[in-house]
Amino acid sequence: MLAYILRRLILALITVIAISILSFVIIQLPPGDFITSYIASMSAGGGTVSEAEVEALREQYGLDQPITVQYLKWVSQIVQGNFGMALEWNRPVKDVIGDRLTLTVIISLAAVIFTWAVALPIGIYSAVKRYSIGDYIFTFIGFIGLAIPGFMLALIVLYVGFRYFNANVGGLFSPEYAEAPWSWAKFQDLLAHLPIPAVVLGLSGTAQMIRIMRSNLLDELRKPYVMTARARGLTEMRVILKYPVRVAMNPFISTIGYLLPYIVSGSIIVSLVLSLPTVGPLLLKALIAQDMFLAGTIILLLGVMTVIGTFISDLLLMWVDPRIRLERR
Amino acid sequence: MNDQRTPLLSVRDLKTYFFQDEGTVKAVDGASFDVARGQTLGIVGESGCGKSVTARSILRIVEAPGRIVGGQILWYDAKGQPTDLTQLDPDGHQMRSLRGREIGLIFQEPMTSFSPVHTVGNQIIEAIRLHMGVSKAEARRRAIEALRQVGIPQPERRIDDYAFQLSGGLRQRAMIAVALSCDPRLLIADEPTTALDVTTQAQILDLLRELQQQRGMAIMLITHNLGVVAEMCDDVVVMYLGRVVEVGSVDAIFHQAKHPYTRALLRSIPAITTPPRVKLHTITGSIPHPYNRPSGCPFHPRCPERLRGLCEVAEPALRAVGNGQSVSCFLYENRA
Ligand SMILES: Nc1ncnc2c1ncn2[C@@H]1O[C@H](COP(=O)(O)OP(=O)(O)OP(=O)(O)O)[C@@H](O)[C@H]1O
Ligand SMILES: [Mg+2]
Repeated sequence: MLAYILRRLILALITVIAISILSFVIIQLPPGDFITSYIASMSAGGGTVSEAEVEALREQYGLDQPITVQYLKWVSQIVQGNFGMALEWNRPVKDVIGDRLTLTVIISLAAVIFTWAVALPIGIYSAVKRYSIGDYIFTFIGFIGLAIPGFMLALIVLYVGFRYFNANVGGLFSPEYAEAPWSWAKFQDLLAHLPIPAVVLGLSGTAQMIRIMRSNLLDELRKPYVMTARARGLTEMRVILKYPVRVAMNPFISTIGYLLPYIVSGSIIVSLVLSLPTVGPLLLKALIAQDMFLAGTIILLLGVMTVIGTFISDLLLMWVDPRIRLERR
Repeated sequence: MNDQRTPLLSVRDLKTYFFQDEGTVKAVDGASFDVARGQTLGIVGESGCGKSVTARSILRIVEAPGRIVGGQILWYDAKGQPTDLTQLDPDGHQMRSLRGREIGLIFQEPMTSFSPVHTVGNQIIEAIRLHMGVSKAEARRRAIEALRQVGIPQPERRIDDYAFQLSGGLRQRAMIAVALSCDPRLLIADEPTTALDVTTQAQILDLLRELQQQRGMAIMLITHNLGVVAEMCDDVVVMYLGRVVEVGSVDAIFHQAKHPYTRALLRSIPAITTPPRVKLHTITGSIPHPYNRPSGCPFHPRCPERLRGLCEVAEPALRAVGNGQSVSCFLYENRA
């Protein structure tokens, strides 16, 4: 068991290194080194960069040295929490990303909770009452949910909110809290704004997950252990929830790791429409502006968080599934 | 103590159909037999003749689109009072208090009969707590005892194992422990030894017999193996296409089989005296597709002794032919 964890850990580490190399390559991608682009963008904005500052930067990132040294220097900067400058914003990347990453994680979590809370019961119902009217209705609604693009739904929600409730339902904060420092009131304001983006972002995933849960559970319901559980005299409800549902849920745990990048990349347009301060639109803007430090850092952070998420889901899976815990010694 | 005049279970003209889009599968179509108290009833017949569905019907766990559409399943309590199980709500209290408490079930596949994510102990303790209303600690103690009784070594450690950690033989023993944990009066064993090697098979059968003697429970033993029947059973039910074609004591079935199907079945097993490399008897023809069952006697297309103009039009009823033996075949009806 320990060996299994260790192996996963080493694998995670290798993946992180690979991601960091990829991010570095992305940062290096535009023609010319980024100091040149930095100077260019500074002067375009009317500012100036002193000769000494340029020298310091060249030294810091080892730009006149071989690419491997540059990579190592960059990594050592990152480990110290220095992600470089966001050119377009003329602020350290760390400050630009800062809250947005946290908010992205919060929105993703909210979307996932919504998805699971809706999809699991419906998936279970659809499998247990297969081919019932309810199953058909949910399947129909589910496919509609799958077919409507998220941004469209976002637009509809915005329109309805504006037209009938005279409220701007976009954003994650009321105007008075948007720039305010964190406080209990701001947190409550966030909670109040969370449901709409969570539902809009979670809906297509919900439809998908209903289908997966339904078919997983149908497979499990056919297995003899369900029948022996019934033969022990448990109520049907208890039989289904304790045994096949439990087994059918396991595959979902292994998807936890991918949820974050899935939602971030899937949510860019929705985030733009709903003006959500997440990293999705930021990444888009950074790429358009060739703001490579910002783009590279976002990709790096998303990648690392995915690896961590995957590692956590591996641990969870090991915890809930004894077959993994005990067989792969 | 028990009223010996009534059987434990009496299945009367049971019909269980599966209603599918492609057609109706009449998995059990008018089966009748009795299970006597404390005795072993063997149920034999080719694959697909409805043995397992009969067992599931008795427990009322037939899955959709299957449904009991007719007949009675009479369960006699200790005082000899019958309850018709077909009239009970399958998920209701009364039926559930029979399931696992009065009627235990074991299956062919001990591996998949246990949940892959729960310990063996969890599943035994669950049954004991549900039916016996005892504390967790007491249930655990009884579960360990149940495992010990079925011959599992170190039961206090094995109780926390998962099924996949046990060998095939131990798994089936554990399955028996679950089924017998609440001391049922009837054990339904659906091909309990098919998945096991021959030695283990013999051990499991010995165990079942031993436990039966200790507890005086009845066993309904479903099997393909006529050798097992000869060894274990008091009475035998022969099924064909959802119907009972012959019932009798083991002796009667093996020595004076009446129904052509039973006789064909018996001829198809090799005897110790059969010379090697001699082709075994097979029953001519194959089992008809469940959607288009033959008219008249379901066996008539394959029957070497069929009576033209009768067997393909009329269905013979199950008739006593003496000695507690019954057969459904026109050869034994007094025709005018
Ligand atoms: N869930 C189901 N849906 C549809 N048909 C079914 C279902 N379960 C059983 N049947 C049908 O009922 C008939 C009897 O099946 P059953 O499992 O009782 O046979 P069996 O005598 O136990 O055979 P075996 O010896 O192979 O176990 C078969 O024709 C089978 O196809
Ligand atoms: Mg069967």
